[in-house]
Amino acid sequence: MTATPQTPQNTASSETGARAILSVKGLTVGFSSRLVLENLDLDVQRGEILGIVGASGTGKSVLLRSVLGLVQRQSGQFIMFGHNTEKLSRQERLAIERRLGVLFQHGALFSSLSVLQNIQVPMREYYTLPQRLMDELAISKLELVGLSPDAAHKFPSELSGGMIKRAALARALALDPQLLFLDEPTSGLDPISAEEFDDLISTLRDTLGLTVFMVTHDLDSLSQACDRIAVLAERRVLAIGNMNDLQKNPHPWIKSYFTGKRAIRQWDKN
Amino acid sequence: MAPQGSDLAASGQPPVLEADGTSASGVLLVSGSWTIETLKDADSQVDQTLKETPSVKQLDLSGLTSLDTSGAWVIIRLLRGLGLELSSATPINPDHVSLFEAVAETNLTAPTTQKNLNFFIALFQKTGEDVVEIYKDIKILAYLAGEIVSCLLKGLIHPRSLRITSIVHHMEHTGLKAVPIVAMMSFLVGAIVAQQGAFQLRKFGAEPFVIDLVGILVLREVGILLTAILVAGRSGSAFTAEIGSMKMREEIDAMRVMGLNIIEVLIAPRVIALIIALPLLGLVANLAGLVGGGVLLWAYSDISLSTYITWLRDAVAINTFLVGVIKAPFMALIIALISCSEGLQVGGSAESLGRRTTAAVVKSIFLMVLVDGLFAIFFAAIGF
Repeated sequence: MTATPQTPQNTASSETGARAILSVKGLTVGFSSRLVLENLDLDVQRGEILGIVGASGTGKSVLLRSVLGLVQRQSGQFIMFGHNTEKLSRQERLAIERRLGVLFQHGALFSSLSVLQNIQVPMREYYTLPQRLMDELAISKLELVGLSPDAAHKFPSELSGGMIKRAALARALALDPQLLFLDEPTSGLDPISAEEFDDLISTLRDTLGLTVFMVTHDLDSLSQACDRIAVLAERRVLAIGNMNDLQKNPHPWIKSYFTGKRAIRQWDKN
Repeated sequence: MAPQGSDLAASGQPPVLEADGTSASGVLLVSGSWTIETLKDADSQVDQTLKETPSVKQLDLSGLTSLDTSGAWVIIRLLRGLGLELSSATPINPDHVSLFEAVAETNLTAPTTQKNLNFFIALFQKTGEDVVEIYKDIKILAYLAGEIVSCLLKGLIHPRSLRITSIVHHMEHTGLKAVPIVAMMSFLVGAIVAQQGAFQLRKFGAEPFVIDLVGILVLREVGILLTAILVAGRSGSAFTAEIGSMKMREEIDAMRVMGLNIIEVLIAPRVIALIIALPLLGLVANLAGLVGGGVLLWAYSDISLSTYITWLRDAVAINTFLVGVIKAPFMALIIALISCSEGLQVGGSAESLGRRTTAAVVKSIFLMVLVDGLFAIFFAAIGF
């Protein structure tokens, strides 16, 4: 407890270095006269697991979706892998998108395809590989995320919630992305599955050299998996740092989030 | 580490797999970039090498520049094909160790593949499944019909259970909002029948009889049948899609556990609304068809509107109109029951919703035409 309390202003600094795999600069997003994000800056460093937290409706998902280009932004720039996404040709944009993997909140598996076919969709779209090789690769990905090969021929409607998340993660990993986006990966999972999932993310980061951008509310995930945590409030990144930094932050919402009863229990455990 | 490099078009050096100097040394050199970008090439080289079945003792990975899980799997496959352990691949870049170890754990058991059935067996299997499907359809239709009757009887005692608001809502959507398109279509069909009739009968000098033709055809058959087909496509598909997507999103399950009766809340209002709305739409269609015929004959055949009306009065009687309208509630029942039952049978996938919606429209139109034929025979037999 020796660190001086950080003021919200300088915590969200944009120390743009060569290490930043994704930089968001001056992002403003709004819907019909109401601004959700205003002049938001955020850097994601190569190889880190960055957690995004914030109260409901503070624009966590909007931030994720606008980085992915699913939501129209009013202003702002994204620098991905050192390239400004606005200035890319269609071809270059595709090459960038191929390096991104996304796990949507509810999996978003294609319901009319089996798990194996779901994982093969990106491979089929971008490369011409023999079917045998694609089957082997897909099974390999399934086992990497901790599913048994028996699940390969099942359809999404036959899977449990945890299995859907794992299968969707396997699909997100199909092309070996460098930057992985996770939208509430552990929501709706039981504590054991959620913990396994956190371990899985850390293991994959170490083995595959991934960078992970994770929207989550799970304090366990935040304390165990994340290297840094960005707090979204008042339409911008209010604070960014590791758990200890944020716990000392005087802002009332951050204080209650990171020193609430649930959070304290987390400290007692560690 | 995963393949890096800021050049967007980068695919690195091509993957190379070659024997070290003389093939006797038993060392295979693996070099270049083994990633998904170059995987096809790498995989075919591995296949080629395995086909030659060389006696290889060691893999030399020192020339490996970049690697991802897909490339690691192909190298693991090579090792397995050669009957070697991971330890015979050296030197492994420290960044790649955990990747190799993780991938080496996968694909240990051969995946279970579904056997392709013999064509005839598959044919019999499909036929059998279809028969069972038809049996299930009949069962669920009988169940729904029975439940709706019991619902109506209950409505006599407790009128509140009839969900008047819901019925009126569905009547607006299936009936009132369909009036313009039904009227438009019947007007055109009436005109087309009149035009064709006039053209053919003119050869026999029997042109005025086209009025009989239009009157009887529109009132007895075409008006109701076309309206019913249009409603099946318009509202039947909507019923299936509504109920089906509620089923997919577990809304139906939610209603069930809250103690709401699905039949009473969802199905009965739709059935009742359609049974009331379809005869009314049929009436609109009949009028529009007759007007269409009249307008065409006035423009095309010099039969004035007053002549048309006078002649029409002799040509058709009240029973001509009744024969048509009596069929309407039955058609409504067919559309509503089939589309609701298909909606309730929607499974978990988007594809099944599409398939069920198609089935609802096709089945209800087919059954309607069948029932229409039965009615025609029946009315002919009783001389109505």
